[in-house]
Amino acid sequence: MSIQVQNIHKAFGDFVALGDVSLDFPTGELVALLGPSGCGKTTLLRIIAGLESADSGRVLLDGEDASDTHVRERHVGFVFQHYALFRHMNVFDNVAFGLRMKPRRERPSEQDIAGKVHDLLKLVQLDWLADRFPAQLSGGQRQRIALARALAVEPRVLLLDEPFGALDAKVRKELRRWLRRLHDELHITSIFVTHDQEEALEVADRVVLMDHGRVEQIGTPEEVYRQPATPFVYGFLGAVNHFSGRLEGEGIRVGDALLRHVAPEFKHGDDVIAFARPHELEVLTDDSVAGGVPARVARILSFGVTARVELEGLNGTGNQHFEVELSSEQAERLALREGQTVRLNPSRLRVFAR
Amino acid sequence: MAGATSLHAAADPAVRFESRSATREAPWVKWTLIAVSLAFFALFLLLPLIAVFVEALRKGWDAYIAALVEPDALSAIRLTLLAAAISVPLNLSFGVAAAWAIAKFDFRGKHLLITLIDLPFSVSPVVAGLIYVLVFGAQGWFGPWLQAHDLKVIFAVPGIVLATVFVTFPFIARELIPLMQAQGKEEEEAAVVLGANGWQTFRYVTLPNIKWGLLYGVILCNARAMGEFGAVSVVSGHIRGLTNTLPLHVEILYNEYQFAAAFAVASLLALLALVTLAVKTWIEHQATQSGDASQ
Repeated sequence: MSIQVQNIHKAFGDFVALGDVSLDFPTGELVALLGPSGCGKTTLLRIIAGLESADSGRVLLDGEDASDTHVRERHVGFVFQHYALFRHMNVFDNVAFGLRMKPRRERPSEQDIAGKVHDLLKLVQLDWLADRFPAQLSGGQRQRIALARALAVEPRVLLLDEPFGALDAKVRKELRRWLRRLHDELHITSIFVTHDQEEALEVADRVVLMDHGRVEQIGTPEEVYRQPATPFVYGFLGAVNHFSGRLEGEGIRVGDALLRHVAPEFKHGDDVIAFARPHELEVLTDDSVAGGVPARVARILSFGVTARVELEGLNGTGNQHFEVELSSEQAERLALREGQTVRLNPSRLRVFAR
Repeated sequence: MAGATSLHAAADPAVRFESRSATREAPWVKWTLIAVSLAFFALFLLLPLIAVFVEALRKGWDAYIAALVEPDALSAIRLTLLAAAISVPLNLSFGVAAAWAIAKFDFRGKHLLITLIDLPFSVSPVVAGLIYVLVFGAQGWFGPWLQAHDLKVIFAVPGIVLATVFVTFPFIARELIPLMQAQGKEEEEAAVVLGANGWQTFRYVTLPNIKWGLLYGVILCNARAMGEFGAVSVVSGHIRGLTNTLPLHVEILYNEYQFAAAFAVASLLALLALVTLAVKTWIEHQATQSGDASQ
């Protein structure tokens, strides 16, 4: 089932949580709402579920206006950040809850309920925990039970609020893969909220980036990573180095240095801000080669397959922090020392107006 | 198993604190504190309790039983039970409603409501009784109207029930508000999303989560309802066999120098207190156990 939100506006007192947000979630996709905390992503999810009401705007479920439909009648599955499992019920009763609450004429027999609950528990691979209470489960297990409980009523859409937020790194990675597989099996339209860009890029079909109650960019993980539409998106999706400067002919003047870059969308003299990822910076130690911004090596972290070099900008980039990622071989060849002065030359720049 | 863990967890910090020489206090501090509290307990709590039973039985079992089955005493017992039977369910519904409203909804005047709930605790019971006399008494606001319709509130059973309801008002609400606030509304939200209606959400999600707190509040409320003296004394009029509750009956007997009978009736109230304490301890134990299972 498709979900559309149109011109949703929501304020808490003076704080605008969502400013005129319109989005389309096509049928069967797994979409991530990604943004820093306080960007309005959870509020949007709760508005779609009906747990929060918008000040203005509409929510369309399957093309029908659901703005005035009670949460009960929306048939959405919602997975809460802290699971919200019923603590006095065992796992079986938790999963069976939605089925047992149905009006008598729609309610399946206890036998059918038992069958269905066990199928779901098998689906989340926790069949053996049916008699346990939530308190006796690990975080990852609780999350999967919460998902099974949400799926029991055969929701038309699945909404997950920071589903892996409270789990440790290892379990989180496992559950991510698992959620993706589950979605590929069920093909239920799903939206999940996260502040973890890695999680969003890894799991989702599409990513919606939000900041300050506005949508910054929508696209496939590859699109948003390769072509960030705004400085915010660029900065949010990974480590970043930025250069503030002015456009001069075929380059950008940063302090005394000129970085070569052709930016036809800007004209001579425009103030711009240019971004480069850590792996897109070249470290120049040879004074005979021109170009690059001067910087001093502050720290070299060389473990694993890549080496990370942290530097402090000099001259025009006064005291700015830079981060460069090199392969171990490159790092060895350069033989950098802490305190050494080098120049940084970006191989690729993404330029925005300042 | 859960009980063992909770006991262990409860004892642990104190044991740990004392077993380390770095944090251990001098022995005399420990023993002084224990001695002082035990002396207070014996002098102000245990001694009077023993005195009640000793005095009650001073003239033997026959006199004790006779004092309890005497018609005026029986009528006082009936009235006390009646007042409790009406005020406890009333305050139960009010307490749940108020706690629910405060914990799960946002509305104007919420803080005022929280403050007002405590009013019966902060005002002297005598004043509470006087309020009802001023409102429903012969010279009160509704006095003439009540007289015209031949309704008696003050110096009659309705007045006693009203006064009891007033003084026992906060017990259940006070017990539930922090509990429900701490639990938040996520589980209720989960229930609603899963299709439960309001009643189902309350019956299957909210109530099981608050049941021990609720029972605890009911026990305290009941103890106070049966033991209330001040407010009831003002509105009762002390009509023997009609408007005397157990505490008032004790006072009358005592004033008439029937000490053994007074203590016999008082021992009933003391027994009620002991039963209340026992039930309360049992509930606390149950609550920690289910709390352990749900963390």
